[in-house]
Amino acid sequence: MHEMGIANSVLEAVRTEMGLHPGTYPCKVGVRIGEMAAIDQDALRFCFEAMIQETDLASLELGIEVCPRRHRCQVCGRDFVVRDYDSRCPQCASLETTCISGDELELAYLEVEEYGPSAVGAKSSQ
Amino acid sequence: MDRVPLERKVLSENDRIAAELRARFQEHGVLCLNLISSPGSGKTSLLERTLEILPRRDRVAVLTGDIQTENDANRLKRFHFPVKQITTGGTCHLDARMIERHLADWKLEDLDLLLIENVGNLVCPSSYDLGEAAKIVVLSVTEGEDKPLKYPSIFFKSDLLVLNKIDLLPYVPFDIDAAAENARKVHPGMEIVKVSCLTGNGLHEWMMWLGEKRRAYKSLVQATVN
Repeated sequence: MHEMGIANSVLEAVRTEMGLHPGTYPCKVGVRIGEMAAIDQDALRFCFEAMIQETDLASLELGIEVCPRRHRCQVCGRDFVVRDYDSRCPQCASLETTCISGDELELAYLEVEEYGPSAVGAKSSQ
Repeated sequence: MDRVPLERKVLSENDRIAAELRARFQEHGVLCLNLISSPGSGKTSLLERTLEILPRRDRVAVLTGDIQTENDANRLKRFHFPVKQITTGGTCHLDARMIERHLADWKLEDLDLLLIENVGNLVCPSSYDLGEAAKIVVLSVTEGEDKPLKYPSIFFKSDLLVLNKIDLLPYVPFDIDAAAENARKVHPGMEIVKVSCLTGNGLHEWMMWLGEKRRAYKSLVQATVN
């Protein structure tokens, strides 16, 4: 439900960042979403597409990288991906593990292209 | 094509305001708790019972969020503590700016405890930091014991699970041990209290948890000052 707000925040960040790159236009914005972040990818894409329609950002692509939940074992130091909520260390079977990632909701990168003939050339050669 | 690294939170503006709020709460020694649940789990009832039990002179205030109506604030005002309703007008969660705005005419130095009742929703409020010291998730026994697995984010991020409406256990097929186990699968070591806001059963444990949290926060704040 709040994916509209999230999409809006992503687009605001894109517009702010674009102020720093005159002579270019944005092609793709990359976000990282943890599986514990309570964000529905499809809903986010839907909202993003709806919000850029018929705007200057209409061709902007959204890249989503999903980050799994990772834990670190307090006993043996092993980092591992938690599947099916099983947070037991696969190496030493300890239950003393702490979450180190998986609730990301981050802007990762923005791809920009220069305006002008070179940009057209670059596009057609792809 | 150039790739520019952004490397910041999507909700960095919300997080900035939340961090300011957290610093202000700490400066004035105000323990802020953010109560989250689906609609109808009993957040308001839990607050009613809490305000009923707390001594009148206690320095407590409540912000209560809903999409529409002042109903909750009206329910909670009976206990003579400062209460303010936040009506979001459609937004499915509270955000830090709403908290900042609604705190504007309260003096934080007059408070020790700020209870925030979020909009009834088990999903979206978990993404928005309000500057709270802890989130509390309320789940009622009419909702199904697999809710922690279906909505892991909020159970993962909350310090305490309040299992409410335990007076209904004889009438509903709810496995309370499975619910606790599921919550601890998502959040190992999660604290759980079982209450009935209707009969008052278990409220003692909830008030003990709250009292302990307030003491711990006070020592933390004092340690920071010294």
